[in-house]
Amino acid sequence: MFKRISHAAALRRNVKPAGAASLRRCVSIFLCLLCFSACKREQRQFSTPPATFKSYDVTMSDIRPGVGGLPMPVQNPADQHAFDANEGKRLYSQYNCSGCHFNGGGGIGPALMDEKWIYGDRPENIYSTIVEGRPNGMPSFRQKIPDNQVQQLVAYVRSMSGQLRKDVAPTRNDSMNARRSEQRTEQKTPQQTTAPPQ
Amino acid sequence: MIETTRTIPRLISTLIAALCFASCFSSCGGIQNSINPAGPNAENISRLWWLMFIVCSIVFVFVMIALLLALRKRTTEAADRVPMLEPSEESERRRRNVVISFTTITVIVLFVFLIASYSSGRSLRLNDPTKNGLSIELTGHQWWWEVRYQDVDASNIFTTANEIHIPVGVPVMFSLRGADVIHSFWVPNLAGKKDLIPGKISTIWLQADKPGVYRGQCAEYCGLQHAKMALWVVAEPQEQFNAWRQNQTQQAMAAASDTQKRGQQIFFSTTCVMCHAINGTPAGSNIGPNLTHVGSRQMIGAATLVNTRDHLAQWIRDSQTFKPGNRMPQNNLSDADLQALVEYLQSLK
Repeated sequence: MFKRISHAAALRRNVKPAGAASLRRCVSIFLCLLCFSACKREQRQFSTPPATFKSYDVTMSDIRPGVGGLPMPVQNPADQHAFDANEGKRLYSQYNCSGCHFNGGGGIGPALMDEKWIYGDRPENIYSTIVEGRPNGMPSFRQKIPDNQVQQLVAYVRSMSGQLRKDVAPTRNDSMNARRSEQRTEQKTPQQTTAPPQ
Repeated sequence: MIETTRTIPRLISTLIAALCFASCFSSCGGIQNSINPAGPNAENISRLWWLMFIVCSIVFVFVMIALLLALRKRTTEAADRVPMLEPSEESERRRRNVVISFTTITVIVLFVFLIASYSSGRSLRLNDPTKNGLSIELTGHQWWWEVRYQDVDASNIFTTANEIHIPVGVPVMFSLRGADVIHSFWVPNLAGKKDLIPGKISTIWLQADKPGVYRGQCAEYCGLQHAKMALWVVAEPQEQFNAWRQNQTQQAMAAASDTQKRGQQIFFSTTCVMCHAINGTPAGSNIGPNLTHVGSRQMIGAATLVNTRDHLAQWIRDSQTFKPGNRMPQNNLSDADLQALVEYLQSLK
Protein backbone atom coordinates (compact mmCIF):
# COMPACT_ATOMS: atom_id res chain seq x y z
CA MET A 1 0.00 0.00 0.00
CA PHE A 2 2.61 2.48 1.16
CA LYS A 3 5.00 1.33 -1.49
CA ARG A 4 2.53 1.93 -4.26
CA ILE A 5 1.79 5.48 -3.15
CA SER A 6 5.45 6.41 -2.89
CA HIS A 7 6.06 4.86 -6.29
CA ALA A 8 3.23 6.88 -7.80
CA ALA A 9 4.56 10.01 -6.15
CA ALA A 10 7.99 9.35 -7.60
CA LEU A 11 6.51 8.92 -11.07
CA ARG A 12 4.55 12.13 -10.76
CA ARG A 13 7.64 14.01 -9.64
CA ASN A 14 9.42 12.95 -12.81
CA VAL A 15 6.59 13.91 -15.12
CA LYS A 16 5.62 17.27 -13.65
CA PRO A 17 7.63 20.47 -14.19
CA ALA A 18 10.20 21.50 -11.56
CA GLY A 19 7.87 24.21 -10.18
CA ALA A 20 5.51 21.65 -8.70
CA ALA A 21 8.16 20.21 -6.39
CA SER A 22 9.10 23.58 -4.97
CA LEU A 23 5.42 24.46 -4.58
CA ARG A 24 4.87 21.25 -2.67
CA ARG A 25 7.86 22.04 -0.48
CA CYS A 26 6.51 25.51 0.21
CA VAL A 27 3.14 24.09 1.18
CA SER A 28 4.67 21.54 3.56
CA ILE A 29 6.88 24.19 5.18
CA PHE A 30 3.80 26.39 5.57
CA LEU A 31 1.88 23.50 7.17
CA CYS A 32 4.76 22.89 9.60
CA LEU A 33 4.90 26.56 10.50
CA LEU A 34 1.15 26.48 11.08
CA CYS A 35 1.76 24.22 14.09
CA PHE A 36 3.44 27.11 15.90
CA SER A 37 0.40 29.34 15.54
CA ALA A 38 -1.21 27.54 18.49
CA CYS A 39 1.78 28.02 20.80
CA LYS A 40 0.12 30.67 22.92
CA ARG A 41 -3.11 28.78 23.36
CA GLU A 42 -2.02 27.15 26.60
CA GLN A 43 0.45 29.79 27.71
CA ARG A 44 0.34 30.38 31.44
CA GLN A 45 1.75 33.03 33.66
CA PHE A 46 2.73 32.03 37.19
CA SER A 47 3.14 35.46 38.71
CA THR A 48 -0.13 37.34 39.04
CA PRO A 49 -0.14 39.92 36.23
CA PRO A 50 -1.47 43.41 36.97
CA ALA A 51 -5.11 43.84 36.06
CA THR A 52 -5.65 45.42 32.66
CA PHE A 53 -8.87 47.05 33.75
CA LYS A 54 -10.27 48.30 37.00
CA SER A 55 -13.87 48.43 38.00
CA TYR A 56 -13.85 52.25 37.86
CA ASP A 57 -13.19 52.04 34.10
CA VAL A 58 -16.78 51.02 33.66
CA THR A 59 -19.66 53.29 32.67
CA MET A 60 -23.24 52.17 32.43
CA SER A 61 -24.30 55.12 30.25
CA ASP A 62 -23.51 56.13 26.67
CA ILE A 63 -24.00 59.81 27.48
CA ARG A 64 -20.76 61.67 28.23
CA PRO A 65 -19.98 65.36 28.68
CA GLY A 66 -17.56 67.14 26.34
CA VAL A 67 -16.22 65.87 23.04
CA GLY A 68 -15.30 62.34 22.14
CA GLY A 69 -17.27 59.16 22.40
CA LEU A 70 -16.87 56.22 24.71
CA PRO A 71 -13.38 55.21 25.84
CA MET A 72 -11.67 52.47 23.85
CA PRO A 73 -13.17 49.09 24.64
CA VAL A 74 -10.85 47.03 26.85
CA GLN A 75 -9.42 43.68 25.85
CA ASN A 76 -9.51 40.93 28.45
CA PRO A 77 -6.18 39.06 28.17
CA ALA A 78 -7.88 35.92 29.47
CA ASP A 79 -10.08 35.93 26.35
CA GLN A 80 -7.07 34.88 24.29
CA HIS A 81 -5.94 31.77 26.17
CA ALA A 82 -7.65 28.42 26.44
CA PHE A 83 -5.83 27.83 29.73
CA ASP A 84 -7.33 30.98 31.28
CA ALA A 85 -10.84 30.19 30.08
CA ASN A 86 -10.54 26.69 31.55
CA GLU A 87 -9.23 28.05 34.84
CA GLY A 88 -12.28 30.31 34.80
CA LYS A 89 -14.46 27.26 34.38
CA ARG A 90 -12.78 25.55 37.35
CA LEU A 91 -13.14 28.65 39.52
CA TYR A 92 -16.77 29.08 38.43
CA SER A 93 -17.69 25.88 40.22
CA GLN A 94 -15.09 26.06 43.01
CA TYR A 95 -16.09 29.58 44.03
CA ASN A 96 -19.69 28.40 43.89
CA CYS A 97 -20.90 30.74 41.12
CA SER A 98 -22.95 27.71 40.13
CA GLY A 99 -24.70 27.98 43.49
CA CYS A 100 -26.87 30.79 42.05
CA HIS A 101 -26.27 30.83 38.29
CA PHE A 102 -26.28 27.02 37.98
CA ASN A 103 -24.61 25.70 34.86
CA GLY A 104 -25.44 28.92 33.04
CA GLY A 105 -29.18 28.43 32.87
CA GLY A 106 -29.78 30.61 35.91
CA GLY A 107 -31.93 29.93 38.93
CA ILE A 108 -31.45 32.10 41.96
CA GLY A 109 -29.30 34.40 39.83
CA PRO A 110 -29.85 35.32 36.16
CA ALA A 111 -28.91 33.01 33.31
CA LEU A 112 -25.45 33.48 31.82
CA MET A 113 -25.78 31.39 28.67
CA ASP A 114 -28.49 33.51 27.01
CA GLU A 115 -28.20 36.78 25.09
CA LYS A 116 -29.73 38.98 27.81
CA TRP A 117 -27.44 41.18 29.90
CA ILE A 118 -28.72 43.38 32.71
CA TYR A 119 -25.43 45.04 33.64
CA GLY A 120 -23.56 44.90 30.34
CA ASP A 121 -21.88 42.20 28.30
CA ARG A 122 -18.42 43.78 27.84
CA PRO A 123 -15.53 42.20 29.80
CA GLU A 124 -15.17 45.34 31.92
CA ASN A 125 -18.91 45.20 32.76
CA ILE A 126 -18.71 41.59 33.92
CA TYR A 127 -15.49 42.34 35.81
CA SER A 128 -17.31 45.14 37.58
CA THR A 129 -20.29 42.92 38.33
CA ILE A 130 -18.05 40.38 40.06
CA VAL A 131 -15.89 42.89 41.91
CA GLU A 132 -18.59 45.41 42.90
CA GLY A 133 -21.56 43.13 43.21
CA ARG A 134 -25.04 44.08 41.93
CA PRO A 135 -28.35 44.83 43.65
CA ASN A 136 -30.66 42.02 44.72
CA GLY A 137 -28.19 39.30 45.46
CA MET A 138 -24.91 39.43 43.60
CA PRO A 139 -22.25 39.74 46.32
CA SER A 140 -19.10 41.81 45.95
CA PHE A 141 -15.93 39.76 45.64
CA ARG A 142 -13.61 42.75 46.05
CA GLN A 143 -10.32 41.63 47.67
CA LYS A 144 -11.62 38.08 47.82
CA ILE A 145 -10.71 37.07 44.29
CA PRO A 146 -7.39 38.20 42.77
CA ASP A 147 -7.65 40.32 39.62
CA ASN A 148 -6.28 37.71 37.27
CA GLN A 149 -8.75 35.12 38.52
CA VAL A 150 -11.62 37.59 38.01
CA GLN A 151 -10.41 38.02 34.43
CA GLN A 152 -10.40 34.26 34.00
CA LEU A 153 -13.94 34.11 35.36
CA VAL A 154 -14.96 36.91 32.99
CA ALA A 155 -13.55 34.96 30.05
CA TYR A 156 -15.45 31.86 31.12
CA VAL A 157 -18.73 33.72 31.67
CA ARG A 158 -18.47 35.15 28.16
CA SER A 159 -17.69 31.71 26.74
CA MET A 160 -21.02 30.46 28.10
CA SER A 161 -22.92 32.47 25.48
CA GLY A 162 -20.38 31.75 22.77
CA GLN A 163 -18.53 35.08 22.89
CA LEU A 164 -15.04 33.56 22.83
CA ARG A 165 -13.15 32.11 19.89
CA LYS A 166 -13.77 28.41 19.32
CA ASP A 167 -10.14 27.51 20.01
CA VAL A 168 -10.24 29.28 23.36
CA ALA A 169 -13.62 28.26 24.77
CA PRO A 170 -13.57 25.20 27.08
CA THR A 171 -14.47 21.83 25.58
CA ARG A 172 -16.67 19.20 27.17
CA ASN A 173 -16.54 18.41 30.89
CA ASP A 174 -14.74 15.50 32.46
CA SER A 175 -17.98 14.53 34.14
CA MET A 176 -21.45 14.35 32.63
CA ASN A 177 -22.40 17.45 30.64
CA ALA A 178 -25.40 19.45 31.81
CA ARG A 179 -25.51 21.25 28.47
CA ARG A 180 -23.54 21.70 25.28
CA SER A 181 -19.89 22.50 25.87
CA GLU A 182 -18.91 26.16 25.69
CA GLN A 183 -16.97 25.45 22.54
CA ARG A 184 -20.06 24.18 20.78
CA THR A 185 -22.34 26.97 21.98
CA GLU A 186 -23.32 29.21 19.09
CA GLN A 187 -22.51 32.88 19.48
CA LYS A 188 -25.46 34.91 20.71
CA THR A 189 -25.89 38.61 20.01
CA PRO A 190 -25.90 40.39 23.38
CA GLN A 191 -28.97 42.45 24.19
CA GLN A 192 -29.39 44.94 26.97
CA THR A 193 -32.29 44.16 29.23
CA THR A 194 -33.60 45.35 32.55
CA ALA A 195 -33.62 43.40 35.76
CA PRO A 196 -36.75 41.36 36.33
CA PRO A 197 -39.23 42.95 38.75
CA GLN A 198 -38.59 41.93 42.33
CA MET B 1 56.43 12.50 31.16
CA ILE B 2 54.23 10.38 28.95
CA GLU B 3 53.61 8.10 31.94
CA THR B 4 52.18 10.95 34.09
CA THR B 5 50.00 12.44 31.35
CA ARG B 6 48.43 9.04 30.93
CA THR B 7 47.98 8.19 34.59
CA ILE B 8 46.20 11.41 35.56
CA PRO B 9 43.17 10.98 33.23
CA ARG B 10 43.08 7.30 34.16
CA LEU B 11 43.06 8.23 37.84
CA ILE B 12 40.25 10.73 37.25
CA SER B 13 38.15 8.24 35.31
CA THR B 14 38.67 5.61 38.01
CA LEU B 15 37.58 8.13 40.62
CA ILE B 16 34.47 9.04 38.65
CA ALA B 17 33.57 5.38 38.22
CA ALA B 18 34.07 4.77 41.94
CA LEU B 19 31.92 7.78 42.74
CA CYS B 20 29.14 6.60 40.44
CA PHE B 21 29.28 3.17 42.02
CA ALA B 22 29.27 4.60 45.54
CA SER B 23 26.33 6.87 44.72
CA CYS B 24 24.22 3.77 44.12
CA PHE B 25 24.45 3.10 47.84
CA SER B 26 23.63 6.66 48.87
CA SER B 27 19.93 5.86 48.73
CA CYS B 28 20.25 2.84 51.03
CA GLY B 29 18.57 3.58 54.33
CA GLY B 30 16.59 6.78 54.47
CA ILE B 31 12.97 7.82 54.69
CA GLN B 32 11.88 7.27 51.10
CA ASN B 33 13.29 3.90 50.18
CA SER B 34 11.56 0.68 49.26
CA ILE B 35 14.54 -1.50 50.28
CA ASN B 36 14.51 -0.06 53.77
CA PRO B 37 11.13 -1.50 54.78
CA ALA B 38 9.35 -0.47 57.96
CA GLY B 39 6.22 -2.58 57.64
CA PRO B 40 4.97 -6.00 56.48
CA ASN B 41 3.84 -4.78 53.06
CA ALA B 42 7.11 -3.12 52.20
CA GLU B 43 9.02 -6.11 53.59
CA ASN B 44 7.19 -8.42 51.19
CA ILE B 45 8.02 -6.19 48.28
CA SER B 46 11.65 -5.74 49.21
CA ARG B 47 12.09 -9.50 49.75
CA LEU B 48 10.80 -10.09 46.23
CA TRP B 49 13.08 -7.34 44.93
CA TRP B 50 16.17 -8.85 46.58
CA LEU B 51 15.33 -12.33 45.25
CA MET B 52 15.03 -11.00 41.71
CA PHE B 53 18.10 -8.81 42.07
CA ILE B 54 20.34 -11.62 43.35
CA VAL B 55 19.16 -14.25 40.86
CA CYS B 56 19.42 -11.83 37.94
CA SER B 57 22.89 -10.73 39.08
CA ILE B 58 24.10 -14.33 39.15
CA VAL B 59 22.62 -14.98 35.70
CA PHE B 60 24.22 -11.81 34.38
CA VAL B 61 27.66 -12.79 35.71
CA PHE B 62 27.31 -16.30 34.22
CA VAL B 63 26.30 -14.93 30.83
CA MET B 64 29.21 -12.51 30.81
CA ILE B 65 31.70 -15.24 31.75
CA ALA B 66 30.32 -17.51 29.05
CA LEU B 67 30.57 -14.71 26.53
CA LEU B 68 34.19 -13.97 27.45
CA LEU B 69 35.11 -17.67 27.28
CA ALA B 70 33.52 -17.97 23.86
CA LEU B 71 35.42 -14.91 22.63
CA ARG B 72 38.72 -16.29 23.95
CA LYS B 73 38.18 -19.71 22.44
CA ARG B 74 37.36 -18.22 19.07
CA THR B 75 40.57 -16.15 18.91
CA THR B 76 42.86 -19.02 19.98
CA GLU B 77 41.23 -21.51 17.68
CA ALA B 78 40.81 -19.37 14.60
CA ALA B 79 44.49 -19.23 13.69
CA ASP B 80 45.25 -22.78 12.62
CA ARG B 81 41.94 -24.66 12.50
CA VAL B 82 39.94 -25.32 9.41
CA PRO B 83 36.17 -24.71 9.88
CA MET B 84 34.34 -27.96 10.51
CA LEU B 85 31.72 -28.51 7.81
CA GLU B 86 30.28 -31.79 9.05
CA PRO B 87 30.20 -31.72 12.89
CA SER B 88 30.56 -35.05 14.57
CA GLU B 89 27.65 -36.84 16.20
CA GLU B 90 29.40 -36.54 19.55
CA SER B 91 29.82 -32.74 19.54
CA GLU B 92 26.25 -32.26 18.26
CA ARG B 93 24.87 -34.23 21.18
CA ARG B 94 27.02 -32.27 23.63
CA ARG B 95 25.75 -28.98 22.32
CA ARG B 96 22.14 -30.14 22.37
CA ASN B 97 22.51 -31.20 26.00
CA VAL B 98 23.96 -27.82 26.96
CA VAL B 99 21.07 -25.97 25.28
CA ILE B 100 18.44 -28.22 26.86
CA SER B 101 19.90 -27.92 30.37
CA PHE B 102 20.19 -24.14 30.22
CA THR B 103 16.67 -23.76 28.83
CA THR B 104 15.40 -25.94 31.67
CA ILE B 105 17.25 -23.82 34.25
CA THR B 106 15.80 -20.63 32.73
CA VAL B 107 12.26 -22.00 32.81
CA ILE B 108 12.70 -23.08 36.43
CA VAL B 109 14.06 -19.68 37.43
CA LEU B 110 11.17 -17.93 35.69
CA PHE B 111 8.68 -20.20 37.45
CA VAL B 112 10.31 -19.44 40.80
CA PHE B 113 9.90 -15.73 40.01
CA LEU B 114 6.30 -16.27 38.98
CA ILE B 115 5.43 -18.07 42.19
CA ALA B 116 7.35 -15.60 44.36
CA SER B 117 5.70 -12.64 42.67
CA TYR B 118 2.24 -14.17 42.90
CA SER B 119 2.61 -15.12 46.56
CA SER B 120 3.93 -11.70 47.59
CA GLY B 121 1.09 -10.12 45.61
CA ARG B 122 -1.35 -12.33 47.56
CA SER B 123 0.16 -11.39 50.89
CA LEU B 124 -0.29 -7.68 50.12
CA ARG B 125 -4.02 -8.19 50.40
CA LEU B 126 -5.56 -7.64 53.79
CA ASN B 127 -7.35 -10.90 54.49
CA ASP B 128 -9.31 -9.84 57.51
CA PRO B 129 -10.88 -6.40 57.12
CA THR B 130 -12.21 -6.50 60.68
CA LYS B 131 -8.62 -6.50 61.90
CA ASN B 132 -8.36 -3.05 60.42
CA GLY B 133 -7.72 -0.48 63.10
CA LEU B 134 -7.90 2.78 61.21
CA SER B 135 -9.58 3.99 58.06
CA ILE B 136 -8.36 7.01 56.15
CA GLU B 137 -9.78 8.61 53.03
CA LEU B 138 -7.04 10.11 50.89
CA THR B 139 -7.89 12.47 48.03
CA GLY B 140 -5.26 13.61 45.54
CA HIS B 141 -5.57 17.19 44.33
CA GLN B 142 -3.31 19.15 42.03
CA TRP B 143 -0.84 19.26 43.93
CA TRP B 144 -1.54 18.26 47.51
CA TRP B 145 -3.14 15.49 49.55
CA GLU B 146 -6.40 15.77 51.44
CA VAL B 147 -6.48 13.38 54.38
CA ARG B 148 -9.77 12.53 56.07
CA TYR B 149 -9.82 10.30 59.13
CA GLN B 150 -12.97 8.20 59.19
CA ASP B 151 -14.69 7.06 62.32
CA VAL B 152 -17.98 5.45 63.30
CA ASP B 153 -18.50 8.43 65.58
CA ALA B 154 -19.09 11.40 63.28
CA SER B 155 -17.65 13.87 65.80
CA ASN B 156 -14.29 12.11 65.48
CA ILE B 157 -14.06 12.64 61.72
CA PHE B 158 -11.59 15.32 60.76
CA THR B 159 -9.72 16.56 57.71
CA THR B 160 -6.09 17.47 57.47
CA ALA B 161 -3.56 17.75 54.66
CA ASN B 162 -0.22 16.34 53.55
CA GLU B 163 0.60 14.78 56.92
CA ILE B 164 -0.71 11.39 57.97
CA HIS B 165 -0.23 10.17 61.52
CA ILE B 166 -0.65 6.43 62.10
CA PRO B 167 -0.23 4.25 65.17
CA VAL B 168 2.60 1.70 65.10
CA GLY B 169 1.63 -1.93 64.57
CA VAL B 170 -1.91 -1.25 63.39
CA PRO B 171 -3.04 -1.94 59.82
CA VAL B 172 -4.37 1.24 58.25
CA MET B 173 -6.86 1.06 55.40
CA PHE B 174 -6.73 3.85 52.83
CA SER B 175 -9.52 4.58 50.39
CA LEU B 176 -8.06 6.59 47.54
CA ARG B 177 -9.79 9.13 45.33
CA GLY B 178 -8.63 11.52 42.64
CA ALA B 179 -10.18 14.98 42.59
CA ASP B 180 -8.94 16.13 39.19
CA VAL B 181 -6.44 13.88 37.42
CA ILE B 182 -4.81 10.53 38.17
CA HIS B 183 -2.32 10.63 41.07
CA SER B 184 -0.54 7.76 42.78
CA PHE B 185 0.02 7.18 46.49
CA TRP B 186 3.43 5.78 47.30
CA VAL B 187 5.20 5.57 50.64
CA PRO B 188 8.11 3.29 49.66
CA ASN B 189 9.11 2.37 53.23
CA LEU B 190 5.59 1.15 54.02
CA ALA B 191 3.85 -0.17 50.90
CA GLY B 192 3.68 -0.29 47.15
CA LYS B 193 1.98 2.19 44.84
CA LYS B 194 -1.70 2.63 44.22
CA ASP B 195 -3.30 5.05 41.79
CA LEU B 196 -5.90 7.64 42.78
CA ILE B 197 -8.34 7.71 39.90
CA PRO B 198 -11.10 10.31 39.51
CA GLY B 199 -14.54 8.73 39.76
CA LYS B 200 -13.26 5.52 41.31
CA ILE B 201 -12.41 4.49 44.86
CA SER B 202 -9.45 2.17 45.24
CA THR B 203 -8.03 0.81 48.48
CA ILE B 204 -4.62 0.00 49.87
CA TRP B 205 -3.51 -0.87 53.36
CA LEU B 206 -0.23 -0.39 55.11
CA GLN B 207 1.27 -0.89 58.51
CA ALA B 208 4.31 0.62 60.17
CA ASP B 209 6.18 -1.63 62.61
CA LYS B 210 8.85 0.92 63.52
CA PRO B 211 8.04 4.42 64.73
CA GLY B 212 9.44 7.11 62.50
CA VAL B 213 8.75 9.61 59.75
CA TYR B 214 8.39 8.30 56.21
CA ARG B 215 8.12 10.34 53.06
CA GLY B 216 5.48 9.63 50.46
CA GLN B 217 5.41 10.95 46.94
CA CYS B 218 2.92 11.17 44.11
CA ALA B 219 4.07 8.49 41.70
CA GLU B 220 1.96 9.28 38.66
CA TYR B 221 2.76 12.37 36.63
CA CYS B 222 -0.08 14.77 37.38
CA GLY B 223 0.95 18.15 36.01
CA LEU B 224 3.36 20.98 36.65
CA GLN B 225 4.06 20.41 40.33
CA HIS B 226 3.92 16.62 40.41
CA ALA B 227 7.46 16.53 41.86
CA LYS B 228 6.43 18.73 44.78
CA MET B 229 3.39 16.68 45.69
CA ALA B 230 4.73 14.85 48.69
CA LEU B 231 3.41 13.86 52.09
CA TRP B 232 4.76 12.68 55.43
CA VAL B 233 3.63 9.61 57.26
CA VAL B 234 4.35 9.90 60.97
CA ALA B 235 4.24 6.51 62.68
CA GLU B 236 4.03 6.89 66.44
CA PRO B 237 3.10 4.81 69.51
CA GLN B 238 -0.62 4.38 70.10
CA GLU B 239 -0.87 6.83 73.06
CA GLN B 240 0.94 9.54 71.16
CA PHE B 241 -1.31 8.95 68.16
CA ASN B 242 -4.42 9.11 70.34
CA ALA B 243 -3.30 12.46 71.76
CA TRP B 244 -2.66 13.81 68.27
CA ARG B 245 -6.00 12.56 67.06
CA GLN B 246 -7.78 14.03 70.08
CA ASN B 247 -6.24 17.42 69.25
CA GLN B 248 -7.12 17.20 65.56
CA THR B 249 -10.80 16.57 66.25
CA GLN B 250 -11.01 19.84 68.19
CA GLN B 251 -12.14 23.06 66.57
CA ALA B 252 -9.53 25.70 65.86
CA MET B 253 -8.14 27.64 68.77
CA ALA B 254 -9.75 31.04 69.23
CA ALA B 255 -7.58 34.02 68.38
CA ALA B 256 -6.15 35.15 71.71
CA SER B 257 -3.97 38.22 71.26
CA ASP B 258 -4.84 41.40 69.37
CA THR B 259 -2.36 40.51 66.62
CA GLN B 260 -3.99 37.11 66.20
CA LYS B 261 -7.43 38.71 66.04
CA ARG B 262 -6.18 41.09 63.38
CA GLY B 263 -4.68 38.12 61.52
CA GLN B 264 -8.01 36.32 61.68
CA GLN B 265 -9.78 39.38 60.27
CA ILE B 266 -7.29 39.49 57.40
CA PHE B 267 -7.91 35.80 56.77
CA PHE B 268 -11.66 36.40 56.55
CA SER B 269 -11.49 39.56 54.44
CA THR B 270 -8.96 38.55 51.77
CA THR B 271 -8.45 35.75 49.29
CA CYS B 272 -7.59 33.12 51.99
CA VAL B 273 -11.20 32.52 52.92
CA MET B 274 -12.23 31.67 49.36
CA CYS B 275 -10.29 28.37 49.42
CA HIS B 276 -9.31 27.39 52.97
CA ALA B 277 -11.37 26.18 55.90
CA ILE B 278 -10.73 26.72 59.60
CA ASN B 279 -13.18 24.62 61.61
CA GLY B 280 -15.03 26.58 64.25
CA THR B 281 -14.94 29.79 62.21
CA PRO B 282 -17.06 30.93 59.24
CA ALA B 283 -14.23 29.90 56.88
CA GLY B 284 -15.51 26.69 55.34
CA SER B 285 -14.29 26.33 51.79
CA ASN B 286 -12.75 23.02 50.83
CA ILE B 287 -10.81 23.95 47.69
CA GLY B 288 -7.43 24.16 49.42
CA PRO B 289 -5.99 22.38 52.46
CA ASN B 290 -7.90 22.60 55.72
CA LEU B 291 -5.99 24.94 58.05
CA THR B 292 -7.68 24.15 61.36
CA HIS B 293 -4.42 22.89 62.88
CA VAL B 294 -1.91 24.22 60.39
CA GLY B 295 0.44 25.38 63.16
CA SER B 296 0.95 21.80 64.28
CA ARG B 297 2.15 20.55 60.89
CA GLN B 298 5.80 19.97 60.13
CA MET B 299 5.73 21.05 56.51
CA ILE B 300 3.75 23.37 54.24
CA GLY B 301 2.99 23.32 50.53
CA ALA B 302 2.70 19.49 50.30
CA ALA B 303 6.07 18.92 52.01
CA THR B 304 7.75 21.67 50.00
CA LEU B 305 8.92 23.85 52.90
CA VAL B 306 9.50 23.34 56.60
CA ASN B 307 6.70 25.04 58.53
CA THR B 308 8.40 28.07 60.04
CA ARG B 309 7.13 31.63 60.41
CA ASP B 310 9.40 32.93 57.66
CA HIS B 311 8.53 30.18 55.23
CA LEU B 312 4.83 30.59 55.86
CA ALA B 313 5.05 34.35 55.31
CA GLN B 314 7.00 33.88 52.07
CA TRP B 315 4.61 31.18 50.96
CA ILE B 316 1.55 33.39 51.52
CA ARG B 317 3.12 36.37 49.80
CA ASP B 318 4.33 34.49 46.74
CA SER B 319 4.03 30.71 46.73
CA GLN B 320 4.70 30.76 42.98
CA THR B 321 8.44 31.22 43.58
CA PHE B 322 8.59 27.91 45.48
CA LYS B 323 6.07 25.93 43.50
CA PRO B 324 5.38 27.65 40.16
CA GLY B 325 1.93 26.95 38.80
CA ASN B 326 0.32 25.92 42.07
CA ARG B 327 -3.23 27.09 42.64
CA MET B 328 -2.50 29.61 45.40
CA PRO B 329 -2.39 33.21 44.12
CA GLN B 330 0.12 35.83 45.15
CA ASN B 331 -1.02 38.18 47.90
CA ASN B 332 -0.10 41.83 48.14
CA LEU B 333 -0.51 42.21 51.88
CA SER B 334 1.34 44.88 53.82
CA ASP B 335 4.16 43.62 56.04
CA ALA B 336 2.18 44.26 59.23
CA ASP B 337 -0.88 42.44 57.87
CA LEU B 338 1.21 39.52 56.69
CA GLN B 339 2.93 39.17 60.07
CA ALA B 340 -0.43 39.27 61.84
CA LEU B 341 -1.82 36.62 59.50
CA VAL B 342 1.21 34.37 60.04
CA GLU B 343 0.96 34.89 63.80
CA TYR B 344 -2.66 33.77 63.68
CA LEU B 345 -2.00 30.73 61.48
CA GLN B 346 0.96 29.62 63.61
CA SER B 347 -1.25 29.82 66.69
CA LEU B 348 -3.56 27.16 65.20
CA LYS B 349 -1.84 24.23 66.88
